[in-house]
Amino acid sequence: MTPLLEVEDLWVRFPTRTGLFDAVRGVSFKLGRERLGIVGESGSGKSMTGRSILRLIRPPGQVTAAHIRLDGEDLMQHSEAQMRKVRGQRISMVMQDPKFSLNPVMSVGEQLIEAWRVHKKGSRAEARRRALDMLEAVSIRDPERVMRAHPHELSGGMGQRIMIAMMLIPDPELLIADEPTSALDVSVQAQVLQIMDRLVQDRGMGLIFISHDLNLVADFCDRVLIMYAGRVVETCAADKLHEAKHPYTRGLLNSLPRLDAPQKRLEVLRRDPAWAQAPSVRPS
Amino acid sequence: MSALFFDDVSVWFGEGRDRVDAVRHASFRVGHGESFGLVGESGSGKSTIMRALTGLAPDWSGRMAVNGNPVPRGRHRNRLFYKSVQMVFQDPYASLHPRQSVDQVLSETLHLHGFRDIEPRIVRLLDDVGLGPAFRFRYPHQLSGGQRQRVAIARALAPEPSILLLDEPTSALDVSVQAEILNLLTDLRAEHKLTFLMVSHDLAVVAHMCERIAVMQAGEIVEVMGVDEMRALTPAHSYTRKLLQASLGYTRG
Repeated sequence: MTPLLEVEDLWVRFPTRTGLFDAVRGVSFKLGRERLGIVGESGSGKSMTGRSILRLIRPPGQVTAAHIRLDGEDLMQHSEAQMRKVRGQRISMVMQDPKFSLNPVMSVGEQLIEAWRVHKKGSRAEARRRALDMLEAVSIRDPERVMRAHPHELSGGMGQRIMIAMMLIPDPELLIADEPTSALDVSVQAQVLQIMDRLVQDRGMGLIFISHDLNLVADFCDRVLIMYAGRVVETCAADKLHEAKHPYTRGLLNSLPRLDAPQKRLEVLRRDPAWAQAPSVRPS
Repeated sequence: MSALFFDDVSVWFGEGRDRVDAVRHASFRVGHGESFGLVGESGSGKSTIMRALTGLAPDWSGRMAVNGNPVPRGRHRNRLFYKSVQMVFQDPYASLHPRQSVDQVLSETLHLHGFRDIEPRIVRLLDDVGLGPAFRFRYPHQLSGGQRQRVAIARALAPEPSILLLDEPTSALDVSVQAEILNLLTDLRAEHKLTFLMVSHDLAVVAHMCERIAVMQAGEIVEVMGVDEMRALTPAHSYTRKLLQASLGYTRG
């Protein structure tokens, strides 16, 4: 069986005054119908990896890869017009902050209806019915009222659920979620994750979950890639993350304060320049 | 006499129909040298309490006092207040002037507080927060997030306050940098005998930094507990239990 997504030797580069800067350096991985977590600090290249799959890196940024295959089709060979059919239809993306992703001057209902009609053929009435279904699917209690509301009238958690609803309308095969819950409270976070989890399972979607939160990824995903300075330094099963071996992963885990284990001082990560130099690890 | 004293404090925004009661009848005190945490969801009013104290949210009722001195109404505070209370904000990218060097930021603060020996004080402040003299003439865009937060802490320490208000001081930072900043704050508190009032949504961070923690929900303090109680997961209030449960991690349901 071909994997849903195959990424081989992905590089993202940006020209700077002092030469080319490599934001992502030779990343390769495969994804089936599973939840793959990508974790790392800011600047580690995790978001750039997610964006380059959708070919969303604009010039002067440069993306090269041996291939990025979705169901065997190489996205690197696609024209911009072909890519537009992939974006949203087959691969959807949920961004970090719903405040910046929803249109502030359009009601939620209009935005959902528009999203549906861009991707499917059908009447406005049908689009409206489907929009209401989607809001219910993401556990919004009063969908009729929310349809009429504008984004500023909604909480962050609701906004993010609406984003997820919108992304799921065209029934994509792969969902890329870039820090989908970082702007949310812990209590709302769990709710949003549960919804994503259920949708991934019910629809057999693949999920790439980009996050800086190690514990969250360990609990939520099946597999994890740990990125540092544009490279994958370690990969493991998510439930084995706490047994990770790489000193960077260990350092990150140990620098977290813990509710169940009081410490006098927190451990500070000591960076080794060799981590950035070593080649990317290939997940098995 | 407590370092910070809040009695029946309510804070609101807007008037009439648009009035929002952000904090309702909050009472607590923070002893000298104590570290006190405020936790709760966004919109629960935890930051608003700090903002009312510092004059950033001028509509409030009740009584507040700093080291026994009552806090006046309105936006203005006297020199004595600013000499004893300083604040570190959440976002180090937004809280530093982009066109002022570290040197300008610190010397202006020192000047405003009437210090004359500015030169040696800047050197000492930078040393205190773990930035070498090399950082003195840099601008914010030449600093990382963690370094910026160190500058913001240096600025807060400049008037030699006894009380630091920390509004989510590490939530914009990576976990590795968070550990450095939390260690720095712990050291500074011991060295300068500081009192902390800290707001955070991260319960593990608050447990690491504070001895007592107040839990807020919809503008009210529902519970004040000791850190041991929190670590043992034996709070009295059901909302606190829910909050603790949620912060322990995602469980598949």
